[in-house]
Amino acid sequence: MTVMEQRGAYRPSPPPAWQPRTDPAPLLPDAEPYRVLGTEAAAKADPELLRRLYAHVVRGRRYNAQATALTKQGRLAVYPSSTGQEACEVAAALVLQERDWLFPSYRDTLAAVARGVDPVEALTLLRGDWHTGYDPYEHRVAPLSTPLATQLPHAVGLAHAARLKGDDVVALAMVGDGGTSEGDFHEALNFAAVWQAPVVFLVQNNGFAISVPLAKQTAAPSLAHKAVGYGMPGRLVDGNDAAAVHEVLADAVRHARAGGGPTLVEAVTYRIDAHTNADDATRYRGDAEVEAWRDHDPVQLLERELTGRGLLDEAGVAAAREDAEAMAARLRERMNQDPQLDPADLFAHVYAEPTPQLREQRALLEAELAAENESREGTAR
Amino acid sequence: MTTVALKPATMAQALTRAMRDAMAADPAVHVMGEDVGTLGGVFRVTDGLAKEFGEDRCTDTPLAEAGILGAAVGMAMYGLRPVVEMQFDAFAYPAFEQLVSHVAKTRNRTRGKMSLPITIRVPYGGGIGGVEHHSDSSEAYYMATPGLHVVTPATVADAYGLLRAAIASDDPVVFLEPKRLYWSKDSWNPEEPQTVEPIGRAVVRRTGRSATLITYGPSVPVCLEAAEAARAEGWDLEVVDLRSLVPFDDETVCASVRRTGRAVVVHESGGYGGPGGEIAARVTERCFHHLEAPVLRVAGFDIPYPPPMLERHHLPGVDRILDAVARLQWEAES
Ligand SMILES: Cc1ncc(C[n+]2csc(CCOP(=O)(O)OP(=O)(O)O)c2C)c(N)n1
Ligand SMILES: [Mg+2]
Repeated sequence: MTVMEQRGAYRPSPPPAWQPRTDPAPLLPDAEPYRVLGTEAAAKADPELLRRLYAHVVRGRRYNAQATALTKQGRLAVYPSSTGQEACEVAAALVLQERDWLFPSYRDTLAAVARGVDPVEALTLLRGDWHTGYDPYEHRVAPLSTPLATQLPHAVGLAHAARLKGDDVVALAMVGDGGTSEGDFHEALNFAAVWQAPVVFLVQNNGFAISVPLAKQTAAPSLAHKAVGYGMPGRLVDGNDAAAVHEVLADAVRHARAGGGPTLVEAVTYRIDAHTNADDATRYRGDAEVEAWRDHDPVQLLERELTGRGLLDEAGVAAAREDAEAMAARLRERMNQDPQLDPADLFAHVYAEPTPQLREQRALLEAELAAENESREGTAR
Repeated sequence: MTTVALKPATMAQALTRAMRDAMAADPAVHVMGEDVGTLGGVFRVTDGLAKEFGEDRCTDTPLAEAGILGAAVGMAMYGLRPVVEMQFDAFAYPAFEQLVSHVAKTRNRTRGKMSLPITIRVPYGGGIGGVEHHSDSSEAYYMATPGLHVVTPATVADAYGLLRAAIASDDPVVFLEPKRLYWSKDSWNPEEPQTVEPIGRAVVRRTGRSATLITYGPSVPVCLEAAEAARAEGWDLEVVDLRSLVPFDDETVCASVRRTGRAVVVHESGGYGGPGGEIAARVTERCFHHLEAPVLRVAGFDIPYPPPMLERHHLPGVDRILDAVARLQWEAES
């Protein structure tokens, strides 16, 4: 016998430890963003939901305009507008149950407001009288997160904790296209998939991270495709179609609540305004691009659908606008009042109990303030 | 309850026992990190916890430090008390953004509405022959971050008492474990009723009249040894173990220095920008008229942590400490 014969026939086989894993096909996003408005799918949409979404996007548009105006009047230090992105902001808020949690980024004050957070409290960070202006537990809205993508692992941890406690709570976390390049995005999605945590990740792909277009951000087929690498479904949706965003998010929330694990949703949208009031968008994009998106406007898309199908008349349109105007007037009036500042707050919440060192520093500041007051009274006399 | 630790127990066993007791006392306490479950941690500090409490309470996470700490933030938001293990000092750095921007700031950002009771256990320091990235003393980074408590035990009993206090704290605590003391033993008896040490109090480990050695963590035994050796030179050294770097116990430290009139700060961490500079400044500001000599520092050199075959030159040892004591202007006194 030859050596080869002794060893037997050579049968190629996979490496011993290799196991066939999840079939990626069902995880893949559609080739095109899913749409509802103006398509056949619209007939199946709940008219009541469409009217609710409409009222909210109209308010949202007005809220963005009002907040931007407040920056010009010096009442806000800065405002990252979500004009053009109202469909995502509103759908993210409306899709959740009361017990669920929303994890917004700095651009998502509108989502927080649509969920019930007092707009003045939502804008506290951007006015600059404190950081988080609202109690996160009141409406289950986590603090607005400015360090990109860092809020995503929080959503995973919270959802995981809720599941461990037996609560059927879902966390919805918002992030921008630029944020998907951050390590925390990767780590959060990976943890969520491994733990099968009830989380929905909503990426608002608004085309830019400040000035940098998506092409410089990723070489992935789409941001939704990134889901597949983690073993979770990726969904691609028209981010200006509020009905489509709501439907896709609602499916993902239902799936998560039923124990099916996380979903990554990429909503394709556009930031109509500059990055913030302090940004000059003409340095990195042309008017033609902006105009094309104005024709695909989230407010208009809903309004056309509703009026076209007789679900909304002119009086209804007027009523929505009046309601938005009233909201803006209230916001303007409240924001025009100077916030109450208490310098002692600086030391009050660094630790549960101030350290001896912070007590000393607080006393120092108090003495400075007393001296300031005294000299002011002195000049007044 | 499973068996109690063997007697005499090591610092590692005291730490395990602290977590076990905390987990038994409070179902909100969750241990998480790399290899903490089945393996019991690379230093075996979480040994047996997954078995006793289940993998939902002592969890092997994916390998991603920012993800671990970030997830712990979310868990804490929902009412849990995560105890996070960072595998080594230098491997805690990926979690730095979560630590600085969220863990440390969330109470403040939310005006106290949201607190994050997270304990971050970090094995730290050198002297174990570790290759690069396994021996850093990173306490200065943590100390420089308002909102964190920074604690480090030097004895087996403190390992238990301080870790219990850290887990019970409503504020985040960076709990630095001197890894070369993991296998140290002292008279701690795990079968006696245990005490929870308050965070923020230093202790005088050895009383003396000539000078004060101010130190913490892995340098405490070195200073005690130096104090013994100093007797031959006629110096009676006091040794203060800080135990807590944040908050800092000015009271205990300054009371000692006022008594002795001289002080040397000893730590492994680099001297420039290190804890010793802060401590020397605090002591000078508060005890200037009691001082017979400038406050000196014996610290690691200002170099990346050396390779294991050279580390003995870097670490503050008895001789270097005694040399510093000798420079405390004794002649001027007589
Ligand atoms: C970690 C981090 N790096 C940089 C920044 C500064 N920054 C703020 S917003 C932004 C662009 C983010 O783009 P994207 O994620 O697409 O969100 P968008 O602003 O478009 O909503 C940058 C770079 C930051 N906030 N956090
Ligand atoms: Mg963007």
